[in-house]
Amino acid sequence: MSAGTSYDDRQYDERLEAFIGRVLNERTPGQDPVNVPMIRHWVEAMEVANPVHLDADAARATGRDDVVAPASMIQAWTMRGYAATVRPQAAAGGFQELIALLDEGGYTSVVATDSEFDFVREVVPGDEISVEEVVDSISPEKATGLGVGRFVTTMKTYRDGAGEVVATQRWRTLRFKPAAKVEPRAERPKPAINLDNAFWFEAARERRLVVQRCTSCESLRHPPGPECPECQSFEWDTVECSGRGTLYSYVVAHHPRHPAFDYPLLIAVVELEEGTRLITNLTGVTPEDVTIGMPLAVQWIDDGPDLTLPVFGPAAPEPTEES
Amino acid sequence: MSGLSGATAIVGIGATEFSKESGRSELQLACEAVTAAIADAGLKPSDVDGLVTFTAESSSEIHVARNVGIGDFSFFSRVGYGGGAACGTIAHAAAAIHAGLADVVVCWRSFNERSGERYGLGQASRPMDTNADRAAYSWMTPYGLSTPAQWVGMFAQRYMHEYGATSEDFGRISVIDRARAATNPKAHFFGRPITLEEHQASRWIAEPLHLLDCCQETDGGQALVLVSAERAKDLPNTPAYVLGAAQGAADDQHMMTSYYRPSISGIPEMGLVGDQLWRQSGLRPTDMGAAILYDHFTPFVLTQLEELGYCGRGEAADYILDGHLELDGSLPLNTHGGQLGEAYLHGMNGIAEAVRLVRGTSVNQPRTVENVVVTAGTGVPTSGVIVGVA
Ligand SMILES: [Zn+2]
Repeated sequence: MSAGTSYDDRQYDERLEAFIGRVLNERTPGQDPVNVPMIRHWVEAMEVANPVHLDADAARATGRDDVVAPASMIQAWTMRGYAATVRPQAAAGGFQELIALLDEGGYTSVVATDSEFDFVREVVPGDEISVEEVVDSISPEKATGLGVGRFVTTMKTYRDGAGEVVATQRWRTLRFKPAAKVEPRAERPKPAINLDNAFWFEAARERRLVVQRCTSCESLRHPPGPECPECQSFEWDTVECSGRGTLYSYVVAHHPRHPAFDYPLLIAVVELEEGTRLITNLTGVTPEDVTIGMPLAVQWIDDGPDLTLPVFGPAAPEPTEES
Repeated sequence: MSGLSGATAIVGIGATEFSKESGRSELQLACEAVTAAIADAGLKPSDVDGLVTFTAESSSEIHVARNVGIGDFSFFSRVGYGGGAACGTIAHAAAAIHAGLADVVVCWRSFNERSGERYGLGQASRPMDTNADRAAYSWMTPYGLSTPAQWVGMFAQRYMHEYGATSEDFGRISVIDRARAATNPKAHFFGRPITLEEHQASRWIAEPLHLLDCCQETDGGQALVLVSAERAKDLPNTPAYVLGAAQGAADDQHMMTSYYRPSISGIPEMGLVGDQLWRQSGLRPTDMGAAILYDHFTPFVLTQLEELGYCGRGEAADYILDGHLELDGSLPLNTHGGQLGEAYLHGMNGIAEAVRLVRGTSVNQPRTVENVVVTAGTGVPTSGVIVGVA
């Protein structure tokens, strides 16, 4: 139900609109009349200091006839109770129909957003409270922090035994499509960067594949190190590679699995045109089609904000000359 | 023959049971193995004045010494590179005794490798620091290359490509090891031989390696006692003389990932060890009555046969097919069942088996064995020993 433009979407909107003004829950009496023990539990639990709810003298001192129930307790008198909450009975009615229609639209999650009361008179012990719920409005689809959804506003009307209104409640919930939980992909094991290898990973972040070169005898070496084994020079720079090479060997990893990778995982040793080899992954090829000696070309993958790595995919056997 | 050859002997061996969950501390496993080895040698703990173990060992020499009752000790050293250290401990002990630094040296290794920290689960989540060893993982783990099986698989794939070897050629090593383990009551796989078909049907771990190309994981401890050849004569057991003991790290050596050498279808560090062993001992490969070759993963058993000179490059598959490694062949292999069959004790249980072969007490004793070659971890800086009757 995205933009509400298609025929199906318009139909759905009309079906929702048909609920406005409909009774969701018929007038339902509370399980018990208003009574002092429940008031006492409420007052204690909510830490209400006002004495008019339990102390008759205090109540009379305020001009009342006797103790009165806390106003915000109005919902409590009509709650369906513990047993019905943990073992709800299958029921049919406007409420169930609306929930089914919202489910159909993908609005399967709910969160209460606000509740506004109007109190007509104070409720006193002996009052038999009932409640009725009518749909007030259903909003168009809105984008919210929880996901796209519709605000469903209902009016609950609380009445006494004589049918007189004692309070009304405008009750708003957001019925929303839970945002698909995309688990972020685990990051690859991080390289341990030190003074001897940092240059290579820094170049990789710029998508440059480099090989360490001795500035004295010009021999290349990888993995890099501080000293040239050929001439013992500690002076070095790097050469930038063409990014082309051939497959020297590979392994198809199956077990154990690391959450950063898809398995079977192709891990390879690639021999670069420049002559050095490096460990990498193969991409764009399945294990059945891998052959030692196949021509490969570098591609780059970003893994998290700080790591870019070269991987290799199949290349045309004869690289075309650039004109 | 070098001065080291025959100068010392292994006179005691001792081990815990091999299990999947020892229920005891690694220090206790070490102490049990060391105590048992000293007793087997007919010596007292206070006779010991040297201790050698792996850098990977979690229990320091001082903890073992004060628990076992060794008292003062004057020589201690450790050998690095995981299972590559196994025979290196013997080399250090023999050299120390030969040089007069110690008289009685115990070498040991113990761990709860199955119930504790399992190497097979890979390096990906190990703590990070920036020393050179940890930085070396930077070229592997970001690509998901983090387990020993994967590291070996990369070598094996190239070996197959160059020589036409097949997964079945690797599998025959598993079949041999499991056949030997099947008749070794101390082996985890006692009574459970496998067929080549079962090897082929086992699931992939890191192609080209099947599950049954990979050794098990074990809790346990193993210790060995070395003394001088003269002292060995006064002790109860038939001495297993150390006729050669050598370590080796070859050009452009990496830990399990020496993929940057001109060729990666061999493991030259083992060739380097073998050359020293033959030179020190004056013996030839064919003088060996059995071989205990490190078998954490089957493909490297083939390369070891080539590096040690039992066959030419790429010929190991045929050498195995010819039956040399069977119990009645020219070079019975891993008579205890190897690490694939008996236990993964970082190679130390293999040295103990070589001692038993020299004593004539292996549960799978071949017809005649005078000399046994033993190797340590492959793909890493490694080591080897030759033990013999004289
Ligand atoms: Zn140079």
